[in-house]
Amino acid sequence: MRRASFLEHVAWTGAGIAYAFGASGLLSGRAVAAGGTETVQFVQISDSHIGFHQAANPDVAGTLEAAVRAINAMPAQPAFVVHTGDITHLSTPQQFDDAKSILAQLQAPLIALPGEHDVIGNDFTAYRANFKIPQSTASGWASWDAGGVHYVALLNVFDFEKMGMLGSDQLSWLAADLGGVAPTVPVVVFAHVPLYALYPAWGWTTEDGAKALALLRKFERVTVLNGHIHQIVTQEDGNIRFASAAATAYPQPKPGTVPKPGPVTLSHDDLLRTIGYRTVEIDRGNLRFEDRPLG
Amino acid sequence: MRLLTTGLLAIALAAPAAASSAPSVTIKDDAFSPVTLTIVSGQTVTFVNRDDDAHTVTATNGSFDSRGLDTNAVWRHRFGVPGTYAYFCQLHPFMKGTIVVKAAKP
Repeated sequence: MRRASFLEHVAWTGAGIAYAFGASGLLSGRAVAAGGTETVQFVQISDSHIGFHQAANPDVAGTLEAAVRAINAMPAQPAFVVHTGDITHLSTPQQFDDAKSILAQLQAPLIALPGEHDVIGNDFTAYRANFKIPQSTASGWASWDAGGVHYVALLNVFDFEKMGMLGSDQLSWLAADLGGVAPTVPVVVFAHVPLYALYPAWGWTTEDGAKALALLRKFERVTVLNGHIHQIVTQEDGNIRFASAAATAYPQPKPGTVPKPGPVTLSHDDLLRTIGYRTVEIDRGNLRFEDRPLG
Repeated sequence: MRLLTTGLLAIALAAPAAASSAPSVTIKDDAFSPVTLTIVSGQTVTFVNRDDDAHTVTATNGSFDSRGLDTNAVWRHRFGVPGTYAYFCQLHPFMKGTIVVKAAKP
């Protein structure tokens, strides 16, 4: 029930791409020419917190493995799987080893962003020894083009006192990177912490995110996919669509419903209904996604 | 093992009643308690995480960092130099605390 209405909601409504739909609702030829010509599929997973062992999920390795099995069983393997951070709970070598051994079972290539739980102590080394974003800069952020889509992976978990924070170096890089991309190209942005002020009281915001969003305004179609908040929240802001993903580990409360964020303990069946993975399809420049719970 | 550790801690906390009581900070519900703790230089502060979530005790000036504290983890830090030490949780930066270290009386 919820899923059906969610899919309807996913249809683009931003003014910037209204031209893409004719009176019949079908894509116009111009939109096909403007976006990519290929259909691209990828998968997003997030917030696995390998090493967590509290009541909210006593077996986070098991639920990540279940997600990996489900992705491997997809009829057509996705172009890649992106993990949007908090792979581990405490950044320890053992937790990275355990996470790596599970994620290595993915048939599709893995692109893994760090979350703040992966760089505890301002220490990038354990993450970098095990995971990477292909084509990333020395600083860790990255962009690449594939199938007519421009992808950007941003890191907003390093300035801890003001997390999330992109910082001026990354914003300068982003400005230069996007400067060379035509406005008609669909843009997909990955990050760990939400780029907009989703719920600042719980730190669910990026302090300088508005500066990144300003750079993304020129594009007709932008989708920002993030993790961090362990629940599905979608938001549209003009040409930019935001979609926070469910975790593979455990849910967190809806913003403001309780005094503090943190792991929510449910029955095992309900846990499996609130964690999972997200399939994403970009068809001639138009992005659709579906969140798929493990139970 | 857990029982043994807890037992030793209890003894350690109970024993030095003659000196000032062992200073400690409890982490619970995404908050440090007490938010401000005043001690004498040379004392060791015990931080205990009583949340289901992980936390850190990270000095704003970089002078100490617990790294990740799992549920029920205990971390101790000795403050040898008088001053005011602001700290926060790296994983939840809205969590802030202060240790005020007074000079020990000669």
